[in-house]
Amino acid sequence: MKVLVAVKRVVDANVQIRVKSDNSGVDVSNVKMSINPFCEIAVEEAVRLKESGVAEEVIVVSVGDDACQEQLRTALALGADRAIQVKAESELQPLAIAKLLSKIVEREEVSLAILGKQSIDGDNNQTGQMLAALAGMSQGTFASSLEIKDGEAIVTREIDGGLQKVALKLPSLITTDLRLNEPRFASLPNIMKAKRKPLVQITPEELAVDISPRLTTLEINTPAARAVGERVANVAELVEKLKVEGVL
Amino acid sequence: MTILVIAEHNNQTLALATGNTLAAAQALASKTGSEVALLVAGEDCQSVVEEAASTQGVAKVWVANCAALKQQLAENLAPLVVDLVAEKGISHVLVSSTAAGKNIAPRLAALLDVAQISDLIEVIDADTFVRPIYAGNALATIKSSDAVKVLTVRSTAFEAIEFSGGDALIESLSDAVDQGLSRFISEEVVASDRPELTSAKVIISGGRGMKNGDNFVLLEKVADKIGAAVGASRAAVDAGFVSNDMQVGQTGKIVAPDLYIAVGISGAIQHLAGMKDSKIIVAINTDEEAPIFNVADYGLQADLFDVLPELEAAL
Ligand SMILES: Cc1cc2nc3c(=O)[nH]c(=O)nc-3n(C[C@H](O)[C@H](O)[C@H](O)COP(=O)(O)OP(=O)(O)OC[C@H]3O[C@@H](n4cnc5c(N)ncnc54)[C@H](O)[C@@H]3O)c2cc1C
Ligand SMILES: Nc1ncnc2c1ncn2[C@@H]1O[C@H](COP(=O)(O)O)[C@@H](O)[C@H]1O
Repeated sequence: MKVLVAVKRVVDANVQIRVKSDNSGVDVSNVKMSINPFCEIAVEEAVRLKESGVAEEVIVVSVGDDACQEQLRTALALGADRAIQVKAESELQPLAIAKLLSKIVEREEVSLAILGKQSIDGDNNQTGQMLAALAGMSQGTFASSLEIKDGEAIVTREIDGGLQKVALKLPSLITTDLRLNEPRFASLPNIMKAKRKPLVQITPEELAVDISPRLTTLEINTPAARAVGERVANVAELVEKLKVEGVL
Repeated sequence: MTILVIAEHNNQTLALATGNTLAAAQALASKTGSEVALLVAGEDCQSVVEEAASTQGVAKVWVANCAALKQQLAENLAPLVVDLVAEKGISHVLVSSTAAGKNIAPRLAALLDVAQISDLIEVIDADTFVRPIYAGNALATIKSSDAVKVLTVRSTAFEAIEFSGGDALIESLSDAVDQGLSRFISEEVVASDRPELTSAKVIISGGRGMKNGDNFVLLEKVADKIGAAVGASRAAVDAGFVSNDMQVGQTGKIVAPDLYIAVGISGAIQHLAGMKDSKIIVAINTDEEAPIFNVADYGLQADLFDVLPELEAAL
């Protein structure tokens, strides 16, 4: 079985971003970039499936400019077998990305696609579900456990009230939640080895996908800041203040 | 034109978040002159249909009642909504930004070949909306060029309307097709007598500083005195102190109660993303430098193991 993992290059989770002064976007120049944390969990899950003999090959895909090759190499160092970069100079929207991924799922005859549940920059939480729709696959979103058994994916999903278990017919789409696994670190020898693993480039035109945007960003603003608070000395003072505020 | 809201429910009652989503739909309707319809898809969900039909501002309730929709699996529900959109002349589909809503909305949007807009917090006009990005550190105003808009609604941004005071027309739809792609196995829903996290007026949350799951009893005792819900940071959930449904933050639940008390939580960006729109924030932390103090209205630098019993006694 072939497993496809999609990874996105994003501003690192620890960076405090700033809105550009002309409100045209977020300033991402000279900030640390990383693989989206949920994608890292997706790579780890796919690699574990390979290590346990369930998967034969793990293909990692990223849609972006050449800089995203860094994240593809990271995924290769973590154990993916080969990488595909879909070249896109500007940032594409989830629907376009899902269409591109769907074409690759079809071409590569993938049985399982694992995506992050959410990119931590756009906070969209869309691409996986869209890919599942376009490829006609079952979907197991927000997965905290995954098992492949008798041609089905048995997935435990994190839902608002607790956990839900579903059985999904393959091919299937899984999106990762935080508790699915704890990603490993890439070892130095594996980082070296990853440099020689295959990475091919492909264009949206070759995949015959219309990537024109449906949404236009008119402006980006900074949310209103909270007023500066005060320190209280003890519990009695705290309770007093909260009573005055009318919240107790 | 019609604005469609997909109701979230457990075949017995409407989810509270649907009240917030209906409020967003009505804000939109007042700008576009449209009417609001509610879709109740489920099985043996008559009580939900009645609740839906008696909700103010709802003109129509469309009901799809069949076995294939019992758990509202996205694979079966999305194609049904695609048909509905085509038949009824729907301009916008709104779904709550809950785990269930986020599961269905993008699948629906892709089948309609339209973009999906996540976490609506403000309606500008029929095509233009505001949504947070980067864990709420930036707000994007976006305009859609699609004929049909599919949006998820952030509950905290719209005051819920009550499920009463209305008298909607009820219309049955034909059954959904079981696509045979997915099968429900089981659900473990955490039962609690405390208020639901996302609709509670007061929340007290614990972090890694709580040290273990047993110590959450200290929070629960305070919570029970003031009718609060109990939340947690990711670190507390990951460490196994409490269950995943309690996580507040960028990738957990977004809350905005009147009072949020953060106990032994440092205040990472991802946690703040889930609670910084609360009206009053209290931070209890031993570390003077903890970033949670930057957003707190009242900060108490002290050991939580001293503070919590004192707080319980004082209330
Ligand atoms: C992709 C991604 C998504 C994430 N999503 C979320 C999310 O949704 N929600 C979330 O919360 N986090 C999220 N995180 C994690 C986040 O970055 C932080 O790691 C997490 O919030 C830290 O939890 P904490 O504050 O409980 O723990 P810590 O940062 O370890 O803080 C513990 C605090 O307790 C205090 N303390 C210790 N002992 C005591 C005592 N006796 N009395 C008083 N205070 C004490 C310490 O001073 C410290 O400030 C996410 C991270 C990533 C990368
Ligand atoms: N540009 C991209 N390239 C590859 N995968 C992506 C890209 N954008 C999103 N994804 C995948 O879709 C998931 C969810 O992203 P989003 O829908 O943007 O929140 C991510 O975790 C990735 O697995």
